[in-house]
Amino acid sequence: MAKEIEITMEELKSKIKNTTTFEEDTSTSGGSRIEAKDVKVWYDDFNAIKGIDMKIKPNTITAFIGPSGCGKSTFLRLFNRMNDYVEGFRMEGKIKINGDSIYKKKVNVEELRKEIGMVFQKPNPFPKSIYENVAYGLKIQGIKDKKLIDGRVEKALRQADLWEEVKDNLKKSALALSGGQQQRLCIARTLAVQPSILLMDEPTSALDPISTAKIEELIHHLKEEYTIIIVTHNMQQASRISDYTAFFYLGELIEYDKTRKIFTNPEKKQTENYITGRFG
Amino acid sequence: MNNHKKNKYIDQSFKVLGVLFTMLGIFILGVLIYNIVVAGFSRINWDFLTSLPSRKPERAGIYTAIIGTLDLMLLTVLFAIPIGVGAGIYLEEYAKKSKFSSILEINISNLAGVPSIIYGLLGLGIFVRFFGFGGSILSGSLTLSLLILPIIIVATREAIKAVPHSLKEASYALGASKWQTIKNVVIPSSFGGVLTGIILSLSRAIGETAPLIVVGAMAYVPFVPHSIFDTYSVLPMQIFSWTTRPQQGFAIAAAGAIIILLLITFIMNGIAVYFRNKWQKKLK
Amino acid sequence: MKVKEKIIEFILKFCASITILTTVGIIAVLLFESIAFFKSVSIFEFLTDTQWTPLYSEKHFGILALVSGTFLTAAIAIAVALPIGLTIAIYLNMYAPTSFRKTLKPFLEILAAIPTVVYGFFALTIVTPFLQSIYPDLETFNSLSAGIVMGIMIIPFISSLSEDALYAVPKSLKLASFGMGATRFQTAFKVMIPAASSGIIVSIILAISRAIGETMIVAIAAGQQPQLTLNPTVPVQTITSYIVQVSMGDAPQGSIEYKTIFAAGLTLFIFTFILNSFSFYIKKKYQEKYE
Repeated sequence: MAKEIEITMEELKSKIKNTTTFEEDTSTSGGSRIEAKDVKVWYDDFNAIKGIDMKIKPNTITAFIGPSGCGKSTFLRLFNRMNDYVEGFRMEGKIKINGDSIYKKKVNVEELRKEIGMVFQKPNPFPKSIYENVAYGLKIQGIKDKKLIDGRVEKALRQADLWEEVKDNLKKSALALSGGQQQRLCIARTLAVQPSILLMDEPTSALDPISTAKIEELIHHLKEEYTIIIVTHNMQQASRISDYTAFFYLGELIEYDKTRKIFTNPEKKQTENYITGRFG
Repeated sequence: MNNHKKNKYIDQSFKVLGVLFTMLGIFILGVLIYNIVVAGFSRINWDFLTSLPSRKPERAGIYTAIIGTLDLMLLTVLFAIPIGVGAGIYLEEYAKKSKFSSILEINISNLAGVPSIIYGLLGLGIFVRFFGFGGSILSGSLTLSLLILPIIIVATREAIKAVPHSLKEASYALGASKWQTIKNVVIPSSFGGVLTGIILSLSRAIGETAPLIVVGAMAYVPFVPHSIFDTYSVLPMQIFSWTTRPQQGFAIAAAGAIIILLLITFIMNGIAVYFRNKWQKKLK
Repeated sequence: MKVKEKIIEFILKFCASITILTTVGIIAVLLFESIAFFKSVSIFEFLTDTQWTPLYSEKHFGILALVSGTFLTAAIAIAVALPIGLTIAIYLNMYAPTSFRKTLKPFLEILAAIPTVVYGFFALTIVTPFLQSIYPDLETFNSLSAGIVMGIMIIPFISSLSEDALYAVPKSLKLASFGMGATRFQTAFKVMIPAASSGIIVSIILAISRAIGETMIVAIAAGQQPQLTLNPTVPVQTITSYIVQVSMGDAPQGSIEYKTIFAAGLTLFIFTFILNSFSFYIKKKYQEKYE
């Protein structure tokens, strides 16, 4: 009896191992590899990030979790250099996208941001029409071909699962949309530029459950074409949609592993305490 | 208890005093407008608006003054708006906290407190004499532009400050440059506030007399100016000139001109307030 | 593309720098002509002579006569505006219901928007005859009418700025005073005004600065006779009014009369600069209390 169980356990383990190995060998179509090496961040004298190493595979969804103020948003914003606008910001270490360091002096930040899109916590559509919002990123690049823009706008709105709801009203003001629709509009706006990486900073925390569910499904579909990092304080969300999870605490990366492992069998005690709600 | 009653009495008396004084301000405003309207209303007719000034009070009109005011405002707007809005954009969007930007800010608030006649002296020394523009509309408008510049700059800054940071972030995250963000997001969003500031500053400029006298606005201009190098007169200048004449007829003419000037001023302020309300609603 | 951005930034920076050029220009113009002036007239004479008669054949260049006119009219203006303005501020802040306050404020703002030449007309044609009916010995041109009307013009200054200062006082202080059974009057004068004192003082200083720099009201109603006097019923002349008088005339460039307006202007500029700087200093030093 015991032997049978043992063998069954062995079989189980190898089954799990195989599945995990399969997931590890995801191909590199469409997405990008992101790498952080010994990254440190200061705001004046405050040491916000204390030396983090991380490698993110293409076409994966990685969740950043951790209590408020742990540095996950700061770390996220390193990848599209949005921290550059904060007074007193200073970083050390290397951040590489597809092997190229992005904090070198000769890097064109605007070009970088066309490769890396960002969606913010609170939907922030421009006070313009729906069409103008989605077309904004293209017009910025100097694209003038109306047919091309129209095509991209429709594609982006379809990808964001908003096309059917707004296709007859593209000239309407974006501010007339509901919160959930506005956030999908912001996602479409980002997608229209055809980036390869998507950074999402708590994209559903300001939304109702139905809109949240819609957007989570949308994110899941986007994985095929994009590499996605999502900051969330909603652990259920992280375990639902992400492949990998990184747990941050007080500016340090405590643990980074496959999502399933983090949520069922984490290595570090701190991780386990946070997951089980002992603090945060 | 006696003390308590005394205190209550003082309190009530002060309240009455407060109401009185507040109404006094409005009362005086009413007296002022009433007297002027009574004195000058009858004087206003089509002839008054289209006649040139004259040595005879019955024949005098404000035509050249109105043309002069219009010309002057047009030119002033041309100079002051781009420079004022440009400076406001620079201070809010580009200037980092440095010694230079502190000096700029202190300087602007200082300029706002300089008496307008000093601007006249500045205009006299630089535009009239040094550049040789003489007592022309060009000198007058350049002088007035410098005078209203601080008003436009402050209004522009306030309007830009009100644009939510999240909109700028969204623009940057899409790969827009700083100027693209300013042009496509900041300026359209702050437009209402800037417009309000411009209208208010113009309303102030229309009523200015002292600096224009110093740079050569003439008291008696019986012809219509044709180029920016011509001499000119403006409405407040005409009012001043007529007020200082002894003949009663001129006092009536002055009252008539004042009604026109007040009408213009109140309408402009009204438009500015309308835009300000509309814009503030939009922000919410 | 980066070049375009740099060019735009440069243009905008230039626009901002025009403000500095303005100040430099003012100082340069005033100094240039004043230095030329002081080559003919000693500073000692300028500051101590009690007569100002540059336009007469027997010329005296004592600025005190003009300064006296300036300060006399300003003093009357403040004597009118301060009690009324401050009372209005306290009343609106502590007694008036919000709706009343909202309807009233625009009217007070209208007072501030009226062109000064209109006030001048008002002073000469309405206020002076009215005062003369009470006190027949009042001359046609005098500092009393001009001062009173200037005061009316300045009321919104003091009331608006003082009200802001009162509004900035933390509500907890107000409530603590009421909680102890104090009346609004007692609270206003024992708690609110001392707490808002820096803001109120700033408003007064700025009002004085405004009064000193005022031109049209005094040019029309106060007269053109520079004299050292405290008598509000006689004509005087202010610095600003003198500059207007010369500008209306035909003083040739380079003449001593021409230069006098710059020397007078420099004096005025120094006064207002000191007042404005002082108010800026007070604002900076004492506003930190509630930040």
